[in-house]
Parts: sequence; structure tokens; C-alpha cells
Amino acid sequence: MSSLLRLATAGSVDDGKSTLVGRLLYDTKSVLADQLDAVTRASVDRGLSTPDLSLLVDGLRSEREQGITIDVAYRYFATPKRSFVLADTPGHVQYTRNTVTGASTAQLAVLLVDARKGVIEQTRRHAAVLALLGVPRLVLAVNKIDLVDYDEETFRVIAKEFTDHATSLGYAEGSVLAIPVSALVGDNVVDRSAQTPWYSGPTLLEHLETVPVAPDPHDAPFRFPVQYVIRPRTPEYPDYRGYAGQVAAGTVRPGDEVVVLPAGLRTTVERIDTPDGELAEAGAGRSVTLVLADDLDISRGDVIAAAATAPVATDELDATLAWLSEKPLRPGARVLVKHGARTVQAFVDELTSRFDEQKLSTVDYPETLQLNEIGRAKVRTAEPLPVDDYEVSRRTGAFLVIDPADGTTLAAGMVGAPLPVLRSDRDVVSPGP
Amino acid sequence: MTTAATDAATDNLAALESEAIHIFREVAGEFDRPVILFSGGKDSTLLLHLAIKAFWPAPVPFPLLHVDTGHNFDEVIAFRDHVVAKYGLRLIVAHVQDWIDDGRLTERPDGTRNPLQTQPLLDTITEHKFDAVFGGGRRDEERARAKERIFSLRNAFGQWDPRRQRPELWNLYNGRHRPGEHVRVFPLSNWTEADVWNYIAREKVELPSIYYAHRRKVYQRDGMWLTEGPWGGPRDGEEVKELTVRYRTVGDGSCTGAVESTASTVDEVIAEVMASRLTERGATRADDRLSEAAMEDRKREGYF
Repeated sequence: MSSLLRLATAGSVDDGKSTLVGRLLYDTKSVLADQLDAVTRASVDRGLSTPDLSLLVDGLRSEREQGITIDVAYRYFATPKRSFVLADTPGHVQYTRNTVTGASTAQLAVLLVDARKGVIEQTRRHAAVLALLGVPRLVLAVNKIDLVDYDEETFRVIAKEFTDHATSLGYAEGSVLAIPVSALVGDNVVDRSAQTPWYSGPTLLEHLETVPVAPDPHDAPFRFPVQYVIRPRTPEYPDYRGYAGQVAAGTVRPGDEVVVLPAGLRTTVERIDTPDGELAEAGAGRSVTLVLADDLDISRGDVIAAAATAPVATDELDATLAWLSEKPLRPGARVLVKHGARTVQAFVDELTSRFDEQKLSTVDYPETLQLNEIGRAKVRTAEPLPVDDYEVSRRTGAFLVIDPADGTTLAAGMVGAPLPVLRSDRDVVSPGP
Repeated sequence: MTTAATDAATDNLAALESEAIHIFREVAGEFDRPVILFSGGKDSTLLLHLAIKAFWPAPVPFPLLHVDTGHNFDEVIAFRDHVVAKYGLRLIVAHVQDWIDDGRLTERPDGTRNPLQTQPLLDTITEHKFDAVFGGGRRDEERARAKERIFSLRNAFGQWDPRRQRPELWNLYNGRHRPGEHVRVFPLSNWTEADVWNYIAREKVELPSIYYAHRRKVYQRDGMWLTEGPWGGPRDGEEVKELTVRYRTVGDGSCTGAVESTASTVDEVIAEVMASRLTERGATRADDRLSEAAMEDRKREGYF
């Protein structure tokens, strides 16, 4: 079976993101004849002489009208080595929230820059968002390399500036790769370019096919948010009681000692059930049903965790918020917090800092957090939540901030401070109960 | 005890299965009245297969809803009823004919009833107060579908507004909605046609017989092989031939065409799908050919 890589794209308007994605689909033969016919027809209608590959992906009427990508879209392609789910995110500043959306599940992000313009404000902003969301690997596609006559020096300067920036955001050098490409012509996207003899690295697709997909470490502490209690009450299964969910982190095996949070009850795992039979172990990402040794009172929203390494449930979250709503955040706001399978009432008590992506510095105690701004806050919840630090566990360190009035998702929340700069500034001191 | 596929991250199909099961359980946990849209086609059959797995050994905690255009293939209706009986499910059927009979809908001049499904669907959602509606839509089917969230909020008119979609972060799905609104849920969002067929092969999922090669009397219209039926055909000048065909998608008979094929097993179908240079919709669905934004426009109106 092939593995699955989830990746996201990011970049400024007109950097050629849609063309690059179209090129990836086209050159991996993921585009079928009728789709290409439709694009060719639409390109001719627009007076173009060659098919505009960006039309393969800009799916909305208003996107095609304006020639820009408005909303994140998901693309699928596969090679014999790997299957890919690609979150194609827009570059406009006002749609940064879509970059957050795409980045939240990505194992790798491809950032585009225009070789003629180099690293610009939006590049730095997107890299910061990707770092903040914990995307493990970055690729910088230095696009339109044909328009700078395939100049090696231009590429080197951009690659170095970007790598320095990424390193300051906490990326190790080995997790960042720059590739000179032309999405329009197809240089180094799928096929190696004869125009860049000075570049010895992989093409974009070669890199995507071979980059290690960091699976969640098997020795991470086990975390299992209970989604649903399975109680058939059928003649065949009169007394069956199983706790259904998806392993959020770590691995579970029958016999493991676990604790049920927030109540703190201890028991052991008796069985790992699936409709296809019992499992000897289940790792992160696997949906299973746990049967426990003791009959405890457990319901949706509880977390089953490894007894030895259980998180401490807290009602005072020190967190980083990426604000996604037009309605600004002011201290004291009453919100809902969704963590795992539990949604609780909460207050955003205090805004301790706001992140300036340009200067890579913070502003203390801002009055508000506006759309697309990122800051650190104290969130007080009505019930304690068994959270982990986002840096340690993307799944159990993440939460949504929801508007109780209309249900809008207001913010992406991350426990702790995933960026060094947010951390170094000022430690949020919890006043205690 | 088995130890197969313990690492979901290394196996594409296992990862997709776990994701879909997670989505089913989230909806069961957060909504009051979910329903699964079920037409008997391969995607909704797969959807049902995953729902059964998600709640095993308990029964699926929601009913099925079929919007019946009256132009369905007999084999598919028989399959639908067979599956419902086999798993002891509850099936609600909204007959488009009822809406035509009482004047709420008017038959179209071209005879196709596919676009007429939207109103019976929305009326039935309102009547039963369904707050979550599962569909088998996949993002790889069409450009507008590629923009769809897994949890997609619809307003009281059932409309989709692609510019005002909620950001969807991690695997934390936000199902909040106001009275009258509902959420469309797409557990197969991240599956491709190849994934669907490979999973059907791996799980030995039973499908309607028309997905496999059979002899059928067909006539050609607009480049598609249509079969005889209550949707009006063949018309004068449309010559009926008996061919060996199968269907890649199953929908309203008036706009779903057969492809010439001798693929009579799942493995042969997979080989054929992998070699095809046409998408399933491009090959056999007339409704998507209406305009460059046909799907987006129908989705905005409340279609799936």
C-alpha cells in the first residue's frame, strides 16, 4: 500500500501557485482528457494560445473571473510511490485564514516566490503561519526562474534569505529545501530542467515522493478523546460498552494502564475492537473502539490517556490564537472552546502579546486581535481540559474558538507558544485558582 | 487477534477509512437528527459501509434518505431495498413524482429530472428537521466540489456560499448551526475514484449489478449511451443497439450514460478506471456539461 502525504501550498498573489498545482496535476497525468478539453476551451475563450493550467484548479466562478484563488481547495494526485492530498491555499492577505486551514493538517508546505521579486512580506508572513501551525517541513519553490534567465546567483540569494528566515522561526536547516522551478514551462516540477545544470537537488515531485513523512512517534504519550459510547443493547451484544474514537497521539495496547480525564479514574484496556477483529495495538490516526476492564462512567468529551504520562487538566490555558474572524477579539470575550470531542464555555481573559510577522517580534498587551493577527492569550474555561503543549502534540494541543452566538469559528488555538519569538518575550504567569 | 494495518499513517486506505469513521462519530455525537443520503450508487454504498463500521457492533444510529427521481434503474432500486433489509435500516424516500403531481415542481422540457431533486431534498430535510445530512460527494469529482468543506454549513434555504465557509482546522469539526440551518457532511471528501474502487475491492463491498459489464439495449444521444426508460427514449431517429456496457456512475437515468466495457469483476473495473482518459462525470453525466460552473450553481441552490 502506498503512503499518504498531506501538503499545503502558500504564496502571494500572481506567484503562479495555481499554475504550479495545475502543472503538478498535468505532469503526473492526474488530469484526464475531458478536464483538459474544458480548460483548453476556456483558455481559447479567453484568447490564450496555450491551455492556462491555473484554470484546472480555480473552481469557482468568481475565481475564474478574477484569475485569482479565493478559497482553499483540495487536490488529489498519486504516483506509484505515494498518494497526495494537497490543500491549495490562496495568497491574498484577507484570506490568510485559509493558509491556517491548509497548514493545520499539512506535513509539508510548498511556499512560492517569484524569482524576480524574491522573499517579500507575504512570504515571511506565510512562513511564520506555517511554523506556528507546526508544519514539519518547508519547500521554497523559486518560481518563474525562466524569467531571470535561469540565473544561479538570483536563486542562491533567495534560497539563503528564506532559509535564514525559516531558521529564525525554529526550522532546522535539513527541513527546508529551495528548488528553482518554472511552473509555466515545467522546469524542475516533475521533470528535471536542462536549463539549471547548477542545481543538483531533486525536482519538486521527487522531493514530495521521497521526503520522510514523519509519523506521530509511537512512544508519544497515548491520548484518546472519547467521541461516542457504543452500547448496542442488542440480543447479540446485550452488555457491550465500548468507547469509540480516534487515537490522537501515541499507541495503545491491551493491558495498558489508562486514566480517564477529567475525572481521574484508573483502569486498564481490555480490548481494542474494530469490525474487522481485535487489534494488538493501535497507533495515532487509527479509529478504534476501546473496551475497558472496569465499568466506569465515561461519556463523549472525556479523554482516555496513558496513566503514567497523563496530562494535567487545566481550566486556564496559556495559548496562541490565530484570529480568523472579521469581528476583532477584545479581552473579556465570551466564547466556546472545542478541544478533542469536548466543547466548553470560556472567557478570553487577557491578551498578553501580538505577533509582528515582519519584525519577528511581539507587541505587549494589545487592545485587540484583528482578522489574521496572531497573539498570545489567557483563556479561562468553564471545565478543566486535559491539554498538551501544541509543540508536543498537534492533535491534543489544538483547539477551536467558536462564537456562541452564531457558531462561527473565530480562531485557531494552540496551547503554549509554538514560535520561539512568542515564547521569549514574556511568560504568561498563571494567577492560579 | 490480528495486527494488520496497525500504523494508519503508512496505509492510504486505512487512513481514509479512519478519517471517515471519525467524521461519522463526530456527527453522531454532536447532532440531534442526522440522515444519510443514499441512492444505491457506489459512493453512497461506500458511505453506508463506513457508517456500519463506525458504530459496530451497534446499529447505525440514523435513517437513510433517497430522493427518487422516478427515473432510476430497476437494478439499483432492488439493490437499495436489499441493503436496507439486510442491515435493518430505516429508509425515507422522497418521490420527485409527488412534487410534480401536486404542482410544486414542473417537468422540464428536456425530460431530465436530476435538477428537480433539489426541492424535494430541501423540503424533506425541513419536514424531518434533519440537522446533519451525509453525502457521498468527493472533492476529486469536480472543481467546485474541490472547494467544499467536510462540514459544510447550509442556510435555511439550503444554500452554499463558497465565500463564507468556515475554516476547517485539524480534525476539529465545527457543527454549530442555528435552527433551520443544517450541515452537509462529506466523509468521503478526501477519497478519489481510485481509492473508492480499491477500497470496494479490499472490503468486498457489494454493489448494484449495473456497475459491471452486462448486455443492454441502448441508444445514443449527445454522445452518451442511454438506456430505455420512463425518461423518454429512444426518440425518432435514435437507433437502439444491444451492447456490452457498464455504468461508472449511477444517477437519474435520463442523464447517466453507460460506457462500453467488458469489465465484469472489481479487479477488471479497477484496471479500466485506471486506464481511462475520462473522468467519471465527463464520461457519463450530462448535467455537468451544461456550463463551466454548472456544479457550483446547483450547489449554491442546495443541490449536493
